[in-house]
Formats: sequence, C-alpha cells, structure tokens
Amino acid sequence: MREINDQTLQLAAQKAVIIRENIIKMLAESGSGHPGGSLSAADIMACLYFWEMNIDPGKPLAPERDRFVLSKGHAAPVLYATLAEKGFFPAEDLLSLRQLGSPLQGHPDMRKLAGVEASTGSLGQGISWAVGMALAGKMDQAGYRVYTLLGDGELEEGMVWEAVMAAAHYHLDNLTAIVDNNGLQIDGQVQKIMNVAPIGEKFAAFNWEVIAIDGHDLQQIMTALEKARGIKDRPTAIIAQTIKGKGVSFMEDRAEWHGKAPKKEEAQKALEQIKAEAAALGIN
Amino acid sequence: MVKQATRDAYGEALVELGHRHNDIVVLDADLSSSTKTAGFARAFPGRFINAGIAEQNMIGMAAGLAAAGKTVFASSFAMFAVGRAFEQVRNSLAYAHLNVKVCATHAGLTVGEDGGSHQAVEDIALMRSVPNMCVVVPADGPSTKAALNQLYKRPGPAYLRLGRPAVPKIYNDGTDITIGQGIELLSGDDAAIIACGIMVEKSLQAARLLADEGIQVTVVDMHTIKPIDEELIIRLARTTGAILTAEEHTVLGGLGSAVAEVTAARCPVLVERLGINDQFGQSGTPDQLLEHYGLTVQEIVNKLHLLLKKKKSLK
Repeated sequence: MREINDQTLQLAAQKAVIIRENIIKMLAESGSGHPGGSLSAADIMACLYFWEMNIDPGKPLAPERDRFVLSKGHAAPVLYATLAEKGFFPAEDLLSLRQLGSPLQGHPDMRKLAGVEASTGSLGQGISWAVGMALAGKMDQAGYRVYTLLGDGELEEGMVWEAVMAAAHYHLDNLTAIVDNNGLQIDGQVQKIMNVAPIGEKFAAFNWEVIAIDGHDLQQIMTALEKARGIKDRPTAIIAQTIKGKGVSFMEDRAEWHGKAPKKEEAQKALEQIKAEAAALGIN
Repeated sequence: MVKQATRDAYGEALVELGHRHNDIVVLDADLSSSTKTAGFARAFPGRFINAGIAEQNMIGMAAGLAAAGKTVFASSFAMFAVGRAFEQVRNSLAYAHLNVKVCATHAGLTVGEDGGSHQAVEDIALMRSVPNMCVVVPADGPSTKAALNQLYKRPGPAYLRLGRPAVPKIYNDGTDITIGQGIELLSGDDAAIIACGIMVEKSLQAARLLADEGIQVTVVDMHTIKPIDEELIIRLARTTGAILTAEEHTVLGGLGSAVAEVTAARCPVLVERLGINDQFGQSGTPDQLLEHYGLTVQEIVNKLHLLLKKKKSLK
C-alpha cells in the first residue's frame, strides 16, 4: 500500500481530482465556506487518506487507527470531501454543508460526524490536540501515527509554538505536522500582514525534523511522509509550498477566495477547469 | 479545629484515583508543587505531563488526550487555567464535550501576597457561562475528595475550584456528595445563607452568632454552581423569603447571580449578594485580604441584618 509507483501516484491523483470537484460542488450549494485553503490542501489530503494513513471508514473508532487533525479547521470542505470519498458517508451528504442540523458543520465537529477526530476552527488549537493524541499513543505504546495540517497564517497564533515546543520536548516521533504554505491570509499576503518566515528554520529551531516540498507534487508529498515515518525521537514538519485555490485559475493565489463561496456560474467554470486539467494530465 | 487546604485534599485524592484507574492522566503548567499534582507525578510519572508555562497548550493537549480515551485532570492557578486558557477550555473542552476536569487552585483573594494579577475573582462567572461545563466549588478537604471522585464518574468537562490556604474541615473524612445537590447544614426560617467554598464555614459561624440574637437561618453548602440545585433554592425562597449568598468571588456572575437567576424567574425574593465588590485583589495575607474586602463572619452577620430589615420593610 505504501509504495510510490505509477499506480499509487495515479490513484492519489484521481482522488485529488474528485476531492477538488466535491469542494466546488459543496460550496456552490452552501453558498458559504472556504474554497482557497481547501483547494490548496487537496493533494496533501489525497496522499494522506489514500496512501499514507491506516484508516477504515467501517471502524471510525478503531484504537489502532491513525489520526488526522485539521488544525486549519476552516478548510472543512477538503476534509469532508476526503472523508466522503474514503467512504465515511455518501457523497450526496456533502451538499448539506453548513445547513441547519447538518453533520457537516462550518468547522469540523467531532460530535456530529464520524471520521472527524477533533473539533477545530479556532486556529492554533488543533495542533495542540494532535500533540495530546501523540502523547496518548506513546503512553499506550500504540503504533498509531498522528497527522495535523496547519495553515501558514495559523502559525501566527502563539499557542502553535507552545504545541511545537511540547512535541519536541516529549520526543513525539509519531507526530507529523504539515504546513499548507499558500502565502495568503484573509487580509492579504502573510508576508505583509504578519510575516512568519522562515517557517522551516523556526520548526528546526524548535528541534523538529523539517522537510520542504512542493505541496502539489504527489511524489514529493509521499516521499516526505515516508521519510517522516522513519525519523526517530523528534516530530517532523513538512512545509508544503502550495497555491491557495489551486486547480481553479480565477481563485489561484487570490486572498479574496479565502472565505467566499463560488456562485453557480463560477462553480461551473471551476468544474470544467478541474476536469480539463485532469484530462490533460491523463488522470481518468 | 482540624484544617486542610482543598488543594492538598485534591493532590491526595488524585493519587488515590490514580491507583484505582489506569485511564487517568494529569497535566500541570509548572505549578505542580503548588497545585499538588506533584504527588500524582511522583506516583505515576508515565501519566503526568508538564506543559511548562503554556496553559493554552496544556488545555489543547488535554483535549487530545481525552479524545484518545483518557480521563484527564488539568491544573494550574485559577487565573491561568481558565483565564489565560479560557477560549481553549471553551472551544477544545466544552464545545467538543471532552472528558477533561480543569482543577484549578489558588482561586480568589486567599492567594495572598502574590497579589491582584494572580487572584482570580471572576473564574466562576467565566466557567458558568460556558455550555456543557459543570462547576464545583467544594468547601473543605473531605468534600473536595468527594467531588473529585464524583467528577471522575461523570464524563464530560468540568471545573473544580480550589484554594490555597488550609480551611476548617466541615465534613468527616470519607464523606460523599452528589453533584448538583446542595447540602443543608443548618435549618432556620428567618433567612437562608447559600454559600460556597471558604464562605460556607464562615456562614456557619455567622449562623451561630445570629442564633444567639434569636435569628434562625438556614445555611446551605451550594458546592455545585452548575448545574445549580434549583429546587433547593426555590424551597428556601418560599420558606424564608430572604436569601443571602456568600462567595470568595465577584458579586457579578458567580453563585449569587446564579441564585438570583433562579428566584427571579420562579419565586422572586430578596437576594443579597456578599462577595468581592467588582474589584481586583491586591497583596496581603489571606486573612487581611478577607477582612479588607469584607469576606468575614461579621460581614455575613451585618448583611443578614440588612436583609432582614429589607424583608420587614417589604411586608
């Protein structure tokens, strides 16, 4: 399952296409939500859920399962699209995003949807949960791994660094954090609003292993995840260079698409682009 | 008069619980020798996590540990456990409905010399306002142990408010309590004193002084602020028509407010609130501070007289 070859890369690529399509569809239906930061993470999520992690949708509470915490909780659409494709619930349910009474809350709610490991949304807290889960794993000498995805803007939250400090202090080599480094936050470029660079050096200074990758290159993502699995005594941070809104040309690298849902016509255009791109790359 | 600090009782009870239950994990934020979680740390080093001076991450880690199946107790001073980390308690514990008990010590003025920055006067109000939070303020050592045992059995987020100084034991060792049920320690129809924490024992003292004057008051240990014992409050409102609340906490939003919320809706009676009058604390010895801020036996007596005067004038 964890080989990096044409087959596994093709599968992850296919899944990334489906995930992107479903992000657009659900946001067009809900009229509310976060496309930019969801699309930038689609390739990472495809690799995590369809190559890396030990997860069984039939046993969402299996004690030996790997755990994923979406620390950048506003990217809920990418998590929901991934969980649906993995088989946690039917894809049609995606269209209930953000509606009153829906298990698909605006930000992930672990009490409402199986497959969601943490109730996140308030930035900086998810990574802290992930540290706690990794600690539990060590205490119980369980083999599971814990993964968490953060935004680069999210790194502005001080508590992130409390968690990063603790993870290294407790030698949590069962923890992998991925930073979706798309360079944008709501008010504009991260560099201009509140510069967090150099990200990799910061994690390294906190005694983490650091791997820098192109967050849209599936082979690089898989290679990094594999390398992280082999690192002992310290957690790993994968700093993934990404493009906010990746896959939809009019959304790419635009801060305004952080929290604005596409209108029906825009969604149509977006879906056409995603399909065309997939065809061009020979992904069926 | 035998005394024990509620934080000491907490520390002991944690170790006892730790021996009986493997799923317990304890966290602290560099204050384990003060909060007394150090005892658990010594007994079960593999199940104790020091977060260092990082309370927000302490609460976040507590959430992760609870999500992974542990029963978690997280401690620091009240100011920092639920002040500094309020939003983490709210979003990571309460909103997610996780099995973490925040057991904070050094609440109120009796922190003493450290002064105002360290004296949480608003923590009960903060925790009470959060959905899903159970809030317990035990009056002495034995009831602290009872509360801890009960909270272990009651899955979900909770706040246990403890103090720094040794306080008189009201209950016998091995006593039990029921979360959500106030304890009527004395009965009398002239007025009711509903108190929590250190003010319970002071209320008992005041009641004896009042009895000498021919005034018979009920004294209730309302250890559970949330869910509060509404039926007891209503019964006392009906029989006495005058309630005095007493807490080592601001008069805004704590026990007094909780009681008034109940009576106002169901049985409007006079409710006089004794507590810290919307002020910060300052340095001093615990006893000096209690005197300075009016949290004394004499003040309870004075306020009770005032209450009865008002009750009479309403007739």
